[in-house]
Amino acid sequence: MPELSSAAPKVAASTVSKVALRSVALTYLFFLLVLPLLLICWRTFDHGLTPVWTALSSASALHAFKVTVIVAVLAVALNTVFGVGVAILLVRHDFPGKRVLNAFIDLPLAVSPVVVGLALVLVYGNTTALGGWFSDHGFPIIFSIPGMVLATVFVSLPLIVRAVAPVLAEVGVEQEQAAWTLGASPWAAFRRITLPAIRWALAYGMVLALARSLGEYGAVAVVSGRLVDQTQTLTLFVEERYQNFDQAAAYAASFALAFLAVVILLLIKFLRPKDSA
Amino acid sequence: MEARIDLDSPPPPAAPARGRRRLGGLGGRRGGPDGTRRVGPGVALGLGMTTMYLSLIVLIPLAAVVWQSTEKGPAFFWQAVTTPESWAALKLTVVASLLVAVVNLVMGTLIAWVLVRDTFRGKALVDMLIDLPFALPTIVAGLVLLALYGPGSPLGVNLAYARSGVVVALLFVTLPFVVRTVQPVLLELDREMESAAASLGAGNATIFRRIVLPNLIPAMAAGTALAFARSISEFGATVLISGNIPFKTQVSAVSIFGQIESDNPIGAAAVSTVLLVIALVVLILLDVLQRWGARRA
Amino acid sequence: MAIDAAHVTKRFGDFVALDDVSVDIPTGALTALLGPSGGGKSTLLRIIAGLEQADSGTITIEGEEATRLSPQRRNVGFVFQHYAAFKHMTVYRNVAFGLEIRKVPKDKIRRRVTELLELVHLDAMAHRYPAQLSGGQRQRMALARALAVEPKVLLLDEPFGALDAQVRKELRTWLRRLHDEVHVTTVFVTHDQEEAMEVADSIVVLANGRVEQSGRPDELYERPANDFVMSFLGPVTTLGGELVRPHDLEVLVQPAQDTVPATVLRVVRLGFEVRVEVLLDGVETWAQVTRTTAARLGLQSGSTVYVRPERVSADSDSLVASA
Repeated sequence: MPELSSAAPKVAASTVSKVALRSVALTYLFFLLVLPLLLICWRTFDHGLTPVWTALSSASALHAFKVTVIVAVLAVALNTVFGVGVAILLVRHDFPGKRVLNAFIDLPLAVSPVVVGLALVLVYGNTTALGGWFSDHGFPIIFSIPGMVLATVFVSLPLIVRAVAPVLAEVGVEQEQAAWTLGASPWAAFRRITLPAIRWALAYGMVLALARSLGEYGAVAVVSGRLVDQTQTLTLFVEERYQNFDQAAAYAASFALAFLAVVILLLIKFLRPKDSA
Repeated sequence: MEARIDLDSPPPPAAPARGRRRLGGLGGRRGGPDGTRRVGPGVALGLGMTTMYLSLIVLIPLAAVVWQSTEKGPAFFWQAVTTPESWAALKLTVVASLLVAVVNLVMGTLIAWVLVRDTFRGKALVDMLIDLPFALPTIVAGLVLLALYGPGSPLGVNLAYARSGVVVALLFVTLPFVVRTVQPVLLELDREMESAAASLGAGNATIFRRIVLPNLIPAMAAGTALAFARSISEFGATVLISGNIPFKTQVSAVSIFGQIESDNPIGAAAVSTVLLVIALVVLILLDVLQRWGARRA
Repeated sequence: MAIDAAHVTKRFGDFVALDDVSVDIPTGALTALLGPSGGGKSTLLRIIAGLEQADSGTITIEGEEATRLSPQRRNVGFVFQHYAAFKHMTVYRNVAFGLEIRKVPKDKIRRRVTELLELVHLDAMAHRYPAQLSGGQRQRMALARALAVEPKVLLLDEPFGALDAQVRKELRTWLRRLHDEVHVTTVFVTHDQEEAMEVADSIVVLANGRVEQSGRPDELYERPANDFVMSFLGPVTTLGGELVRPHDLEVLVQPAQDTVPATVLRVVRLGFEVRVEVLLDGVETWAQVTRTTAARLGLQSGSTVYVRPERVSADSDSLVASA
């Protein structure tokens, strides 16, 4: 039985190599991902719950949290409307310049957050013509919430489009057409047929965009002017507290953000389009 | 000829979308839902609003960066890019990113392989952890790494204010790219091909090299390119651990930030333009790669 | 006429899907649009429904000019090959959809939907989701959904194309019976001539964007307008360079009037029918005979037989010439 004699060592060899590969992969992940995370939990709760609570309930931390939520919610809302609209345009319609639009959608992924900030400052800064006009009319953009929303919209722009478009393509146009022949107006067909069909993909995209928006640092750092208690978000708060040697507050806020990230991760896991779907 | 047949009988419902989704995969559809090339009033309105949104937020600001940097001529631009400080930062950024890309290529593929072909307790958890760097704010990632690999490291490894610290930070934030592009392709890979090769007498190493690897290469390349592009532009993760020391640990994004803070928009814009060009070249390369991959699949 | 499509032309880029097509669909009848894939039949159906716009030509539905009318306002029922079931709605809600859009009172909707679900034998499935139904059940649901709004015409695009052979046969018999009950003007697209012959009152043969012939199924079979229609509607073989139906060839062991000698190549038994493949004047052709005839003639490969047309299609020569 030549097969048996040659198969046995092969199986042993593949088991050994399997365990070896697994060990390498898990060790790498342990030192790069797991250990740092465990450490931050440990550092945060090193001195018990009280300092964490004190740090997180300080006026500055609460204000930063509020600013973060306002900016993130506005940015996600804007990108949801834009994302669904563009996905429908790209998947359901044909028009000149479609390929260009499609390429531009992904552009923000390639731009450094700092460059995003600089770009917005150059156009909407209070010393430019456009930015100056806005700030003269009591609506400053840079060093203020609108600029931060713009920056956050910029960095999370493709996420919802790219989550929704493939599902929209997969669902196909027939259900909508069936609704039309049954008398549904385009809006009714969208609301009652298309939207329910893409709802999980949309939720997935929105969660991705939310994660990106909550965690944005570089672009917001540039356009916000990092004004404590005014335009400071949680990520800016982390950096500012750390630079000011208030490690307890920096770690506490980091832990809060990491906790949000894990919740988001669970949501992503739950919402991610599955092969079997 | 096949396209013509499609015109008449609608294609069967699309197979469940698996794995490789081309970034540019939406182009090239023939006709709209009603098969016409007319642009109706609704589409025109949507297109107008989209163009405005994209222009106001992305295109005009980016154009302003390029304009700002080249306004005073190429000599001035070149001078701004090649100040010793900016040039050192650019060199570090590109070299570190290349290094990070290569490590990701190897480790990412390996992790994807283990996640697809191996079974062990807690695999689902590990699989979920892979996405953590995408969900975790980069500044937090930087802080977390600094806690472990900074001064007072419980492991006794201090990479703070060193180039190796920059590389570790970049490895952290780019971890998911290669894993998440290779994993679905590996899942989809027809294992009968490997069985066929084995029945023809190929050993494990030969099967991997001659059968598996050629099928993975487009995805590996795409993931590596994405990781490289991300490394080039990363700011939040590196700002704390690098300590921002010019000529030593300062990467371009951090250097741009410093120039903005010190009110040197032209210098900042010039380096930004270089980063933009590198990123665009990588994206175009990626698109070419994906077309190539799609053709082979 | 329930539907009158006049001089309809439709292009997709360089491809001409419909080339000056005119079709009249009689009221209350079950009409099949038959033809090969890419022949334009689905395009014509979608133009009637308003899902596509014709480049030129007019569509009139029940005397009302509908060429520029949106699909919402044509009041046609449309059934898609792949069902287009609303996946997130129960069977009940799917069927109720058109009525809800029309703001019909709730109790009236309930009565109508219950009635329709009984008609399509899905009353027990009312609260299931499409994913829990078989293909045949989904298609019946789609039919009930289209009928719910009492459309002027019912359009079915390859309604059985995605089903397996067994269910397909059941469903087409059932469609015929359903049509005899509800009498709504119905047009269905198919590429299966057997399906068209079995179910339809009249058939329109479309190929390469043109109407090849239209008429009753037996008319088309007996008096095909041209070689294309003849070969599309049933098996054909050649005798003396002309198309004939294999069951119209008479096989004899002795020479007789009009017979041509031929050599038997193979005798293939397909249950009741026997396929006799012969070499005639150096050309391969075949005849279809019954099992009894084959046994009586004692056919074997290599034996010589004499073949003649049993009955020449009366005017096929002149029609072929005119095509």
